[in-house]
Order: sequence, then C-alpha cells, then structure tokens
Amino acid sequence: MTARPRGTVFEKIWSSHVVTEGPGGHVLLYIDRHLLHEGSTHAWERMARNGSRMRRPDLSFATADHYVLTTPGTPTADAETRKMVESLTRHTTEQGVTFFGVGDDRRGIVHVIGPEQGLTLPGILLVCGDSHTATHGAFGCLAFGVGSTEVEHVMITQTLWQKKPKSLRVTVDGRLGFGVTAKDVILAIIATIGAAGGVGHVIEYAGTVIRAMTMDQRMTVCNMSIEAGARAGMVAPDETTFAYLEGRPFAPKGELWARALAYWKTLPSDLDATFDREVTLDGTEIAPTVTWGTSPQDALPITERVPDPARAADATRRESMERALAYMGLTAGIPLTEITVDRVFIGSCTNSRLDDLRAAAQVVKGKRAVVPAWVVPGSGLIKRAAEAEGLDRVFRDAGFEWREAGCSMCVGMNGETARGGERVASTSNRNFEGRQGQGARTHLVSPAMAAAAAVTGRLTDVRTLRG
Amino acid sequence: MRAFTRLAAVAAPIDLPNVDTDRIIPARFLRKPKNPEYGRFLFHDVRFNADGSEKPDFVLNRPAYRSAQVVVAAENFGCGSSREMAVWALEAFGIRAVIAPSLGDIFHQNCFKNGLLPVILPVAAAASLRGQLHEIPGASVVVDLEAQTVTAPDGAVHRFDVDPFRKRMLLTGQDEIALTLGHETEIGAFEARHAREMPWLVTD
Repeated sequence: MTARPRGTVFEKIWSSHVVTEGPGGHVLLYIDRHLLHEGSTHAWERMARNGSRMRRPDLSFATADHYVLTTPGTPTADAETRKMVESLTRHTTEQGVTFFGVGDDRRGIVHVIGPEQGLTLPGILLVCGDSHTATHGAFGCLAFGVGSTEVEHVMITQTLWQKKPKSLRVTVDGRLGFGVTAKDVILAIIATIGAAGGVGHVIEYAGTVIRAMTMDQRMTVCNMSIEAGARAGMVAPDETTFAYLEGRPFAPKGELWARALAYWKTLPSDLDATFDREVTLDGTEIAPTVTWGTSPQDALPITERVPDPARAADATRRESMERALAYMGLTAGIPLTEITVDRVFIGSCTNSRLDDLRAAAQVVKGKRAVVPAWVVPGSGLIKRAAEAEGLDRVFRDAGFEWREAGCSMCVGMNGETARGGERVASTSNRNFEGRQGQGARTHLVSPAMAAAAAVTGRLTDVRTLRG
Repeated sequence: MRAFTRLAAVAAPIDLPNVDTDRIIPARFLRKPKNPEYGRFLFHDVRFNADGSEKPDFVLNRPAYRSAQVVVAAENFGCGSSREMAVWALEAFGIRAVIAPSLGDIFHQNCFKNGLLPVILPVAAAASLRGQLHEIPGASVVVDLEAQTVTAPDGAVHRFDVDPFRKRMLLTGQDEIALTLGHETEIGAFEARHAREMPWLVTD
C-alpha cells in the first residue's frame, strides 16, 4: 500500500483518487459511486446517439425522484414527465445499472437512498447530476453535484477532470438550545458566510454541535453547502457514522467491513492540518431560524423582524432586498411571527428523513393543521419505518396529507407546485423566486418549525408551542 | 464543442446579485428537448408576462440589448441548481460569454462544457462595465480568450485569469470525453490498484 495521505479529510480523499495529472493543476479523478435520476435523460440520449457504453455500470445506481408524483397510486402527471421516468427505466436496463423504480420500497430521493442503502461510504468520491449531492459528505466522503455533460463523462470514463478547490472549516461549538435543529444551524451558517461565501471551496463542518448530531442531522447540514456556494461539504467520519452504516445492504460485510473500518478511522483531518479559511459559530447563540427573502442567506432568528432595506450596507444590497420583499409580499419591520402562511411542505433531500418526521410529529401531536400541509417522506423505506412508529397517524389525525416518496414541492418538476402568491413554510433548501411554483413565496424552516406553522397558520417560534 | 476565440459583441448588464439557475431557466422547462425554441426559456418568468407577451423593462427585451452575445452580471451569477440547461438557454439565446465577479461553481464548469466563456473580473471592473452598458445601451465589448482580456466600451482593457486547461479546450473546441479516453491505460491501472486497496468498494 502506498504511504497514507496526510492533511484534511478532503485532501486525503482527493489525493487517493487522482488517476493522472493534467495541465494547469487539473487532475483526472476516479469516481467510486455515480448516482442517477431522471435528470440524466439528456446524457443517456447523447450516449445512445453515439452508441456509447458505460464503463462501470456496476458503480452507478439510479432512482426516480424528481418527476414521480407523490400522490398515492399515481406515478406521473402527464406524458412529458412519464417519458422522463420511462427513459431512465429503459436506459438503466439497457446498460445494466441497478435501478430503484416505482413500486420498489427502496425508491426515494437520490440523496436519501444513497446513504440508506449503504452506497454512500466514508472516503469515497461520489457524484450525481444534482447540486444537493453535497448531502453525502455527511459520511466523510467527497460528494459534489455535476452538470449533464459531466454525467455523460462519468458514464463513459468513470472519471472527471477537476481542479482542487480551496478548503473552509466551519466550526460550530457550544450546545444547541431547546427547539434548535440542524436546519437552523445550516441556515445560520449561510446567513453568516453568505450565499457566495463558499464559492470555490469545500467545507468541512466541525465542532461539538456537529459531533453531537445524528447522521440524519449531519446530512441536513451538508445538504445545504451549495446554498452557501460550496460544491461540497463534509463531516469527518466517527462512531456515529460507522454505527449508521453497519448492516446496510450495500455496506461492506465481515472481513471487508473490518478492513474498511480500519481505513475509515484514518480519514479525519490531522490535528496539524490547515484550512484556507476558518469560520466559527457559537451553537448556543443559534435560534430557530426562518428565511424572509429569496436567497437562503436571507435568514434570521424567528424572534426578529422583517429587515429594512433602508438600513442595507450599500445600494446593491438595498435594491436586492427591496426586490425580495416585493416578491415575498412583505413589509419591513413586521415581526416574523406575524407572517401568515397558506401551505406547509415537509420533505425534500434536506429534511425528509426519519429524524425530521419525528421532530415534526412531536410538534403536531394532538393538534390540527389549519392550512394545507404535506408530508413527503424521503424514501419508501422511511415511509414504512415512520408508519411502524405511528407517525403517519399523528400527521393524518392532524389533517396533514401523508404522501409517497419524492422531491415533490421542493422543486415542482413533477407538477406539484404552490400557486402564485401562496406563502409556503417549507423544509426544503431554496427560497428562490418561482422555485416552488411561479409566484410562490417560500420561507425555509426546520421540520419542527414547519409543523408549528401548520398548526398555527403563521411563522411561529416552536419553543413557544412546546412550553 | 464550439470553439471560443475572440468575440466583439453587444453586452447586456444584469445588476442583481445571486441570479440563480431557477431564474435562468425555471424547472418546468428542464424536460423539454433542445430545439430551436430553447432560447425562449431563458429568464422566462422574469422576461415574459403570463400571456406570453414580453415584459418591456427586462434588459434582454429592450431593443438595444436584444442582440447581446455577452452578459455582464453581478456576484454569484448562476448559483443554485446544477441544471446545465441554464447554459443551454443562454447559448440558445445567443450568449457566448458571461462576465461576473463570481459565478456558481457548477454553472461555471457547465459553461466550459458548452463553448461559453465564463470570465471572472474584480467587483469594481464588472460594476464599471455594467455602468457603461447602462449609459450607452447597445455598446459592445471585446472578449479575447487568447489574450485573456475584456475591452470595455470606454477602451479600458481588463485582464482576466483562466485555467490553462480550460483555455486550451475552449480555444480548440476539443471534446473532453475524447481527451479522457486517451488516458485509458492510466484509468485501467488506477482501477486495478484502487480495487486492491479498497476492495470493499467493489459491488457485485
């Protein structure tokens, strides 16, 4: 075996995947896992036209999540979306790729099922044609989103040309207060460093708050790295990581597990490793957080008021805030807790895992939703597990819709969107103009805060509900 | 891939920071085939009214900028989703270069794959360019990849950095997959060694 790489967890993974060095600091990196969804259709079609074959179909895994309806019993909305799902089914069959399709309980959001199946492992390089691929970094692997041309490149060569990004360590120390969750932590981080704060960087999340998190919670944090501009975010693997993975269908077994484990334990950043940038947050100071604008950086503690553009640092920021408030239909100065919502969405690759559903159910139990509210589990298996715990009953009894797995209203590609002007408290990751439907207004929140909004009809400090 | 060498063309200013790829092409168009109408999806929901008519204030609808082949944007243009269709829509409209102080990382990569040149200029230089394009609607800029310069309407020359690997690929219009397949021996050797060192990654 070659000498063990040193440095940060990111550097160790990077250097162990270099196939060859190209000009200008570019290296050819080997890809261990390639996850696919219906969005790969364009790449498949180009390959079919050129008669190309996949180099390693055994390292690719596919699922249908973006275009599948989450209405029980109805797979797709129309001919166009059906074609996207059928194309994926056909191409994966032709090329010999494992496919978790409609009717398979293992089907779900690509960033939920990769870890759930044990496909996501520490130390690997994983890519997917989706910007939220950073989610998998929670396991101490390097995972990033790629475009359609890069998807095709991986299919044919199992490699990618990349230039080494810079490193940024975000340390969250202290302890989270009552009612404060992983979603609030990542929203606070994005508000601190900005939507472009991580451009050109890979983030390593560290500190006592991150260490204390479950894998579901770490995935929520890593998931939104791209909302801070970073293509990848990661957490060094530890006992929490290993306990999650042991026994998963595609995780190594027996002697291979022991060998893998010994290697994974060498991955955490060395104590003398240095980062290009460091940012530190005090976890104790983080409150339940909501967004008020149209960028994920527009996030504030729920106890605050809608900010005043007149107090912006410069003219550009002022204009951008004014535009955001106009789109969101909000007036500067009103308390965030006075904002009423028309709809609640609990789901997405950010917040659709069992921990998320439990947190939401705990708030909902014994109460009634006063606005339409959806729960969309991240996978068929999560849906089953939640039902085994009776969570579906808690949601149904409160008037929530309990739906099938998929991306659903986070991005609305399947036709599930909010109406123009509707205000949504959403556990998803993007509050961009039109993201959840033309003219729809999104407030990003944690599952507990979304549940609180559903039972009160307005943005609510979940801590006041539980008291 | 279409090569990019030198371009003298009308440039359109977009002042809003953090223009995300959902804004550049809304999600409902991502399933559409790449056809001659693809350029219509570009900035669709901020460019057209519900009845399909143009919003006259949107920069690319104004007569002076309709023939723009360059966009001069603000910070973090192309952030968000990895959808390469954002680049396809720009290209279909006729845009060949995007100039900004910073770009979303995935969007930045996707530009190179489609013969569209991404140029990073300092905040002040990009702001000065946008200012001139507002002052003289329809003014042209010159983007020269070989020389790595952008020449503003006022004649100021801004030098930019570009990765030598990406520069060569763009100048020649070389296909990246063909280039990589030339490294087959190294890929095969790496694959064999990797499987020996990390046998748990082999799935069967």
